[in-house]
Amino acid sequence: MAGNIWIVAEAWRGQVSEITFELLALGREVAGQAGAPLEAVLLGSNARELAQKLGAADTVLYADNAALADPVPENFATALAQLIKEKQPAAVLVPLTNLSVDVGVMLAAQLNVPFLNYCKDLKAEGGNLTATCVLYGGKMEATVTASAKPAIIGILPGARSVDQGRSDKAATIADVAVTLAAPKVHFKRYLESEAGDVDITQKDFLVAVGRGIQTKDNLDLAEDLAATLGGAVCGSRPVIDQGWLGLSRQVGKSGMNVKPKLYVTLGISGAPEHVEGMKSAQCIIAVNTDAAAPIFNVAHYGVVGDALEVAPALTEKIKARKG
Amino acid sequence: MDLDPVRISLMGLPAWAVLWVLTLGAFGVFGFRAWQLVGLLLKARSENRFDQLGARVMRFVRHVLLQPRLFNEPSIGLAHFLIFWGFVVYVICFNWSLVRGLLPVLPIPYPDEFGPSAFFLDVFAVAVLVSLGAAVVRRVFFPPAHLHLSWDANLILSLIGILMLTTLFGGSFRLLGEGKTFSMWTPFSSLVAMVWPAMTGADAHRWAIGMWWTHMITVLFFLVYLPYSKHLHLLASPFNVFFGNLRPAGDLSIAGGGEELAAGSAKWNEFTWKQLLSGFSCAECGRCDRACPATNSGFPLQPQQLVQKLKKHSIHAGLAKQNGNGEKLIGDVITENEIWACTTCMSCMERCAVLNEQLPIIVQLRRHLVSEGQMAKTVQDALNNFNRYGNSFGKSDRMRAKWTQALGWKVKDARKEEVEYLWFVGDYASFDPRLEESTRKTANVFKAAGVDFGILYEGERNAGNDVRRVGEEGLFEMLRDKNLQAMGKAKYKKIVTTDPHAFNTLKNEYGFEGVEVLHYSEVLDRLAAEGKLAFKNKVAGRVTYHDPCYLGRYNDIYEPARRILKAAGVELVEMERSHNRSYCCGAGGGRIWMEDVEGVKERPAESRVREAAALGVTTLVVACPKDLVMFQDALKTAGLEGKLVIKDVIDLVEEATRQA
Amino acid sequence: MDILVLMKVVPDVVEELEVGSDGKSLDTSFLRTIINERDDHALEQALLLKDKHGGKVTLLTLDAPDIDDVLFTALAKGADRAVKICGVESVQSTQTAVKLFGETIAKTPGLLPVDLILTGVSAIDDLDGLMAAPIAQQLGWPYSGVVTQVALADKTATVIKEFAGGVRGEYEVPTPAVLGIQAAEKPPRYVPVAKVRAAMKSMTIESVDAPAVEAATTVAVQQMAKPQVTGHAEMLEGSPEEVADKICELLAKRGLI
Repeated sequence: MAGNIWIVAEAWRGQVSEITFELLALGREVAGQAGAPLEAVLLGSNARELAQKLGAADTVLYADNAALADPVPENFATALAQLIKEKQPAAVLVPLTNLSVDVGVMLAAQLNVPFLNYCKDLKAEGGNLTATCVLYGGKMEATVTASAKPAIIGILPGARSVDQGRSDKAATIADVAVTLAAPKVHFKRYLESEAGDVDITQKDFLVAVGRGIQTKDNLDLAEDLAATLGGAVCGSRPVIDQGWLGLSRQVGKSGMNVKPKLYVTLGISGAPEHVEGMKSAQCIIAVNTDAAAPIFNVAHYGVVGDALEVAPALTEKIKARKG
Repeated sequence: MDLDPVRISLMGLPAWAVLWVLTLGAFGVFGFRAWQLVGLLLKARSENRFDQLGARVMRFVRHVLLQPRLFNEPSIGLAHFLIFWGFVVYVICFNWSLVRGLLPVLPIPYPDEFGPSAFFLDVFAVAVLVSLGAAVVRRVFFPPAHLHLSWDANLILSLIGILMLTTLFGGSFRLLGEGKTFSMWTPFSSLVAMVWPAMTGADAHRWAIGMWWTHMITVLFFLVYLPYSKHLHLLASPFNVFFGNLRPAGDLSIAGGGEELAAGSAKWNEFTWKQLLSGFSCAECGRCDRACPATNSGFPLQPQQLVQKLKKHSIHAGLAKQNGNGEKLIGDVITENEIWACTTCMSCMERCAVLNEQLPIIVQLRRHLVSEGQMAKTVQDALNNFNRYGNSFGKSDRMRAKWTQALGWKVKDARKEEVEYLWFVGDYASFDPRLEESTRKTANVFKAAGVDFGILYEGERNAGNDVRRVGEEGLFEMLRDKNLQAMGKAKYKKIVTTDPHAFNTLKNEYGFEGVEVLHYSEVLDRLAAEGKLAFKNKVAGRVTYHDPCYLGRYNDIYEPARRILKAAGVELVEMERSHNRSYCCGAGGGRIWMEDVEGVKERPAESRVREAAALGVTTLVVACPKDLVMFQDALKTAGLEGKLVIKDVIDLVEEATRQA
Repeated sequence: MDILVLMKVVPDVVEELEVGSDGKSLDTSFLRTIINERDDHALEQALLLKDKHGGKVTLLTLDAPDIDDVLFTALAKGADRAVKICGVESVQSTQTAVKLFGETIAKTPGLLPVDLILTGVSAIDDLDGLMAAPIAQQLGWPYSGVVTQVALADKTATVIKEFAGGVRGEYEVPTPAVLGIQAAEKPPRYVPVAKVRAAMKSMTIESVDAPAVEAATTVAVQQMAKPQVTGHAEMLEGSPEEVADKICELLAKRGLI
């Protein structure tokens, strides 16, 4: 396959996002299959030290530009487009996060190529890229070949594990230059999440509630269980949108990414947006009335039943055991 | 001296002329007010309550003249009955007396000069005074909850007291004036006459005339005051009863009402005249509030207040020159939470002594909110699901008959094969995983009893009963049309339903002609009577039965489930609130899709399971899928798990008829 | 302030989805479609802006079975005009949809000028791209996606984008602009069936012929299948009490309690 494999590194507010390492891990495999080098592209301002962390790539292309300090997708897309035209990579892997998806779609639009979306796996076979893409909210998977050059591919979170993409190797950093005009869209400021009562990312025990708990009153059952475990209650988007829990308790794509020791879901079906934020929990126990709910594909233990019955029973048993 | 009270002179004028002035003045004010109020009714929306005159007269006789509903509360029933009849007799005698006073040339005596009428007046005066005493004692020492203890009511009671006392005292002075101490026609006046100190005949005459005038002036004042007070119910409620609803209570459509009613009512004149008349007729007795599950649970709704608010607002806004003070009926006067709190259990209407129809008023208000899109997100989701999938669960209509898969045999598709019974299964029985097992039991019991039945499979939609009561009239019509379309393809003789809510709307609102609509408890009852249910293993134990609102109060079906339960072998114990006094589980009228609001104390379902548990029974038996869900949840929150179980009638029947 | 809302329908995943006989696409015989949820939010956001600033809301959509219901519902909610692009077979590719929308917007008289074009930021069938950015590119307008709030002032829209962890960003976008809506500020409003019926009587849906565009071919589906479940939870069975006991055992074994 002609051309290198690129991954677009996502850095945000002084940190390399975890999905960057997932992309590095996936990119490593694809680059191996294609017999091409893996290059990570990091765009930023005074972010060279972050480039050091991307040692899993053969080379880190680092572009430093003051216009890349703020999350203005247009600038990132324009910078990438310049680099792509210059260096002609075969494929560009872009993280499908709220932050980066705009970069990916604007890049594809600028280059007038498709943006291959919802990709959970990617292979290089016989000079072609074959992607497995998740469609229809996870009800179908399509195997797709992308013949565009370059192929811009949006990679879903969780395609590979973060650890696979970390490396102690010192990164080989190549500085690249981009020229950026004033963007059309101006970044004004960050709006921080409402001061949360608890930081759910710091809890070892989380009880997550979803649409299946039916009413706000039933939150009490989850609160009781969480209190007994010594943890906190969090929720999926429908519960947050309903106003039953504050924004700081949302787990998933637009909310928090959590990795507790125990994650109990009550009435959560397991939409990909939610799973994205909790799949790394060490132990997941799911309770849902629908035996076919996708949450059971993620959970370690599952109970088909009414969360409103199981939760109080569990609370009692744990209390009894703890004495 | 002449005893005729109008043959004297008052302030230099002949007394009869003074009486003319007073009478014309009082009737003038009264007439003006009555004209104003009737004017309001004429500006309201139309509704046909002029049919079936014979039935209306019968209803009038029953509920105005005999007042059986007042006797539901014995402490006041008899007293009100006597006050009412005392009042009627006095109105007659008063008019007699008034006519005689206005026309002194008439060659007739005053009513108290004529033996039989004097006797009635005498005896009724005492009976009414005793009743008033009872009323005062109740108000002062034992006021029931929600009785509106207004200044207004006390004034009226005082006026009635004055009327009765002047009658008694007048009679006694008349006796003394005639130089007698006893008359067989006026025994109580005779008793009173013994109390007075000795006086001359002329003094007694003067006192008697004074009593007559006090009496007449009090009545004329009463006449003026009445239509401005809560005792407007005296005037309005007989009409309210006469024009009461003769159609099934479970049919929300309004005969002769225009299409605009479907969009709801937000202003006073967007209600029908009959709905406004309900306000005028309310006696503020609080029977509805005492029965209302929303009120008792601490929801912001009190049916009495709601009707009163509508009355006050309609008089205020309707008679104001411009827009009044601009207060909005929904929002300023009646809050949205009040409107949504109703479970449509119909206890208020069942109890109301003046036959008010609170529910259609609430639905009118809801319809307005729905047309403005103002409703809880959860209700909105449910309605969207009905619209798209025909059920509130948001599941594919193709999954509706999924419960049949575990039966091991195929239920007939009534659209393809002719059946005797078309079984309208309903949403909860079809989709709720907690109820699937009971639904299969019903199917198996029907099969074992040789019932020829089929279902509509994915053709069935929610029947729309609660959609209609949430106020989404258009969606109700859509669901009804789709069901009728699916049913039109089926060949069947009768319809049987699982859900009393579906039962109600199918029976009363779908307009079937010549098709019997039955609840499954009725079908089981018939099967038992025909000997088709073999109760092989009698079920032991003490149980109690909860009458579903939409089966009992709405459709007067109480006994079939009880008969089957007894046939199944259990000992049936009644809760205090049973039959038409059954206490709602709180799920009706769309409440099942709504959140509780702040301030809710004991939910209706919790109150109900506690009531059942207090009887010492093992099982609370229900005949409605929603009840099963609601009461099972309530067991947890009321801490009664393990002490009481909730079962459907079919669970017991299946157990008793199961093949060994 | 005039707004154009682009909407499309997607397969309703409440229904079982099956793979068609070609093994590459959905079986359409049982397929039911539903308005793309985020497009519904885009419509709501447009209506909220109309409520605040006045102006006209126009809907543009690709023809599809039951699309009239979607459009009349939108009109009943308060949209002013509905246009459907007719004469195309079911559009499988987002790239093709982009071309159809882009050409139609540019060539149909009366659709432009507008202050904003709103559409859902993504859809569950967006395999070969998302709509909003390439349409903005074609028009030469600014684009912002993953938007959850929009405030309009003269020549500027202030938008809020969602990032992660509850953090959001505020941007200033000069109008006219294309916005990809993640969620409207409020959940989509409810419109009663009676109003939809009234809209069916009093309003009309305009049709325009689809412009001739070349179908996009650079992304080729080789195979479509229901996902293989790789891992599955170990299921615990029994009454709630029994299940609770089993969970307790597990937690104790793992030293969690």
